[in-house]
Amino acid sequence: MNKHAAHFWEGCAAGELRYQHCAACAALQFHARAFCLRCGGAKLEWRTAQGSGTVYALSSVARAPTDEFRALAPYVIVLVDLDEGLRMMAHGAPGLCIGDRVRAGFFVHGGRSLPRFDKS
Amino acid sequence: MGAQFYAIPDDTSRFHVDLPVRTLMAYITGVGDTAFGRHAGETALTLMAQAANAALADAGLARAEVDGLLCGYATTLPHLMLSTVFAEYYGLQPVYAHALQLGGATGCAMAMLARELVDAGRCREVLVVAGENRLSGQTRDAAIQTLAQVGHPDYEVPYGASVPAYYALLASRYMHEYPVSETDLAEFAVLMRRHAGAHPGAHLKEPISVADVLASKKIAAPLKLLDCCPISDGAVALLVSREPRAGLGVRIAGAGQAHLHQHVSSIASVSDLGARRAARSAMDEAGVGLGDIDYLGIYDSFSITLLILLEEIGIAARGAAAARLGSGDFAPAGRLPLNTHGGLLSYGHCGVAGGMAHIAEAQRQLARKAGARQAGERHCALVHGDGGVLSSHVSLVLRRDE
Repeated sequence: MNKHAAHFWEGCAAGELRYQHCAACAALQFHARAFCLRCGGAKLEWRTAQGSGTVYALSSVARAPTDEFRALAPYVIVLVDLDEGLRMMAHGAPGLCIGDRVRAGFFVHGGRSLPRFDKS
Repeated sequence: MGAQFYAIPDDTSRFHVDLPVRTLMAYITGVGDTAFGRHAGETALTLMAQAANAALADAGLARAEVDGLLCGYATTLPHLMLSTVFAEYYGLQPVYAHALQLGGATGCAMAMLARELVDAGRCREVLVVAGENRLSGQTRDAAIQTLAQVGHPDYEVPYGASVPAYYALLASRYMHEYPVSETDLAEFAVLMRRHAGAHPGAHLKEPISVADVLASKKIAAPLKLLDCCPISDGAVALLVSREPRAGLGVRIAGAGQAHLHQHVSSIASVSDLGARRAARSAMDEAGVGLGDIDYLGIYDSFSITLLILLEEIGIAARGAAAARLGSGDFAPAGRLPLNTHGGLLSYGHCGVAGGMAHIAEAQRQLARKAGARQAGERHCALVHGDGGVLSSHVSLVLRRDE
């Protein structure tokens, strides 16, 4: 894992959804990089999302790709549009629908704290 | 023939430079393949060699006349230099060689590049080949795990998402925005199986019904097992030449690409994934419009893939692809026969060669060498490949010289 994304996962362990903010142009980005995707600026600050958003897409996964996740199946994968204007993948509670307002929580699986959204 | 200048379309203008366009000279003079399915004991190299033999025989060309080689990749042979490994194995000493990786769009991208190479005079005869023992060379779990790495390593793979799950996410959103049902998706799986039934080399030939698709094992909602292509062994080869074969000219008349995202969580809009841009580039270059196309070879890794591509390219209005299928247009005798070999969904999917099978079938239909599957007299084909999660798009227009 690259060191930028590691900061995101450290945030999840602390119960936070972290993203990058460009000090030069104020653009936000969720997939962390060493540079701003809009202006190329190298000065990026970490911020913490409020944790609320709207379900953009979802799927209940019955056939897990790894043993690690087979035990959890079926589980719901969601794409959520955070209120900050960023889209992220996460787990979702069963029964969610596209368009639902959701709030992030966290659960530990395979030694990692994973975000999971449920209806707010 | 063809447009003298690019007509700059509204939504693709930023990808175009306003330069005069020449008519590139490149023909698909031979195609060859193995049957798709289980080939225990074969390797990527042995399968590629079988397809290459068949393509050279089809073209009537001696192996020594091949001076260019383009290879895909093989998950069962992840070598740094697959093209020259194959060249040595097969006994070629080309003046130009490399392997190319663009997921399911690799085959179309290789054909596009081969066209540029022969037109530029770099090569005269380019062998384009791919194949692998994706089914028998590894466990199904290993294959599924390898393919899941198509996801973002830091922001998607950690959630236990699979390739079907990435496409399922896309499907859920597309079906939210447009009136597309799971039954609509199933109709495409059924059509591909029906077409595969006429091809002796198809992996899956047993007829299926819409009810069978809907009742098949859950994979990643809304996709069920029969909405997904199988994992197959197999290989396909094409010979791209500067000159047409005597009495047979199937020209690569246009080609275009578009690459707007890699990962599903970076998709800006499910209504603009890149397919339309690539197809329009290819058709503009060929000097044709959708109304001129009379055969379709469209990538179909999942039923939803095929439906979205047909609608984004404009072959059917949004939400209307299944209705067009229902009208019979995509049948061999219809206005726009679609994947008459059975597509990835039923002819099978062994990686790069799976996407090349659409090109091989289109060439055979235009050359009127499709045998029992011959869909009347076809003149102009649109072939489209996509890689990733509808990420990389490459379109080809093939025309029969009349």
